[in-house]
Amino acid sequence: MANHLSELKPESKGIHIESLRKRYGEGDTAVDALKDVNMIVAPGEVVGLVGPSGSGKSTLLKCLGAVIEPSSGRMTLGGQVIYNNGWQIKDLRALRRDKIGFVFQAPYLIPFLDVTDNVALLPMLAGHPNAESRQRALALLEALDVAHRAKAMPSQLSGGEQQRVSIARALVNRPPVILADEPTAPLDSERALAVMRILNQMALQYQTAIIVVTHDEKIIPTFKRIYHIRDGKTHEEAGMGRAF
Amino acid sequence: MISLAGRDIMHAWGKFVFTGVGLGLLIGVTLTMAGVYRGMVDDAKALLDNSGADLWVVQKDTLGPYAESSSLYDDTYRSLLSISGVARAANITYLTMQVREGGRDVRAMVVGVVSGAPGQPGQPSYLISGRQITRGHYEAVADIASGFKLGQSIQIRRNNYTVVGLTRRMVSSGGDPMVFIPLKDAQEAQFLKDNDAIVQQRRRTAENPAFNRPNVPGLLDQVIASQSTNTFVNAVLVQIKPGFSSEEVADPIRHWKRLQVYTRTQMEGILVGKLIATSAKQIAMFLVILAIVSAAIVAFIIYTLTMGKIREIAVLKLIGTKNRTIAAMIMQQALGLGVIGFVVGKVAATFWAPIFPKYVLLVPGDALRGFFAVMLICVLASLLAIRAALKVDPAEAIGG
Repeated sequence: MANHLSELKPESKGIHIESLRKRYGEGDTAVDALKDVNMIVAPGEVVGLVGPSGSGKSTLLKCLGAVIEPSSGRMTLGGQVIYNNGWQIKDLRALRRDKIGFVFQAPYLIPFLDVTDNVALLPMLAGHPNAESRQRALALLEALDVAHRAKAMPSQLSGGEQQRVSIARALVNRPPVILADEPTAPLDSERALAVMRILNQMALQYQTAIIVVTHDEKIIPTFKRIYHIRDGKTHEEAGMGRAF
Repeated sequence: MISLAGRDIMHAWGKFVFTGVGLGLLIGVTLTMAGVYRGMVDDAKALLDNSGADLWVVQKDTLGPYAESSSLYDDTYRSLLSISGVARAANITYLTMQVREGGRDVRAMVVGVVSGAPGQPGQPSYLISGRQITRGHYEAVADIASGFKLGQSIQIRRNNYTVVGLTRRMVSSGGDPMVFIPLKDAQEAQFLKDNDAIVQQRRRTAENPAFNRPNVPGLLDQVIASQSTNTFVNAVLVQIKPGFSSEEVADPIRHWKRLQVYTRTQMEGILVGKLIATSAKQIAMFLVILAIVSAAIVAFIIYTLTMGKIREIAVLKLIGTKNRTIAAMIMQQALGLGVIGFVVGKVAATFWAPIFPKYVLLVPGDALRGFFAVMLICVLASLLAIRAALKVDPAEAIGG
């Protein structure tokens, strides 16, 4: 695993962001939410993205998630340039479905689907047969130790179990990138560390580049690399990389 | 691909079923309203069928005897019998009034028919019990919907009649049950004045020097006698011989100056097109309003259900669900609600239709049209919710 920005090739698989800017509004009322963002996350790596409220974390996540368009810069996900002063991909919906996994602060599982189908929905949406999609879902649930709740509805799960299911959902299409937005915020220390352990295991196992946006002091020491974002600019620093 | 709508319905089935039942009762009312109209048309057709007539001969320039009053001399039928193609012709009178029995009275159409001649047009074509009228006076055959029983004594004006037979589905175009009595009695009942009025009329006649001439004995008695008898009927019902067409027989009658003749098709046009036209428009207005209310309710329910899932929709969009999948989910839910509503409505209408005092005819064709109308309404009603869902920004799933 690469440990420093300079050690990664610019177009390697994973996440590569160069000089990303995002401006809201125009003229006197314009606000630069992102001014100069540079990030590299290698496949199999989990990095933290921390910063105070209003620093631009969510804007960066939305740009990476292809739900808002940056103003300029360049973004590469999984070895594919998706933005270079303009979207390079027409079907952003398919990009999100196939290349990006999302883990949210609240799990946001679909309440009317059971655990298996919550996870299997993504491959189904990508056109995979139902049986194959469910098989993939069950394998991931097994790996995340929630296979015994495969038939349960989301409302019947604990917070930790729901978050593991949402991680399974993020991983099921084997995306090269996972964006996690405060995934441990509602969890206690033990469960928060468990989630981080799982994310690290999965990153290694599936060679996925993971960015974890967090304020959570409990998990910050677990990152080997951390990007601080302040006033729309990122600054990289080495993390403690504490073992779980 | 799994059915997201189906799963959502199964997950919150109680909410859907109860909402569907509420909608279904509204659809049941709509189907019943259509049934009321069909019942009115069927009553009108039953009236024509039960008369046993092929032609209706009435007073010139009237739409009688059902839509307008008509008055003919009661010997007109003799002339009609001489026309080529006429098999039978019989006088008939119709009089809608309250018929009393014991302490209650029943709204009924009293029909004066030629008694003692089975098969004459105008007579009830079949009985469910008892016999036809055979005597010239004071016997009656009543429709079972009147509630009268065999052997009961009923009062029409001042006279009492014994119910000797019961029939079924013999109703007026307004749905009132028919009571058949002998023609002479009906003619009397139609123009019978009360005792005080008769006394007053006799006094006025006696005081009139034109009628009360001392040198013409018996004139006053004759005039008074003519005033107390009725020689008019409302119509003559004509049956035509096999091999003759209605138009063939009606044509020579049309040349008579004082008569008007209607064929079955024309009479049906008068009943459906004129007599019940206003009621039909009234019902049509109700149907339109009910359709709008149903659409508004479905739209409101689906919109509310969709707004309750905004976060889930944002997540679905974020993870790559196509707009058409989300739109299909909402539309399928609306259609599911419509199907539940329609089934409940159809069952409810079937159960409560027989309780209505007037005939409610639920036609399968109407149910089928109703089903497609409900589906169309559901599709249209879901468009509002679909529009709202498609406007949901996937970024809403990400905090900040």
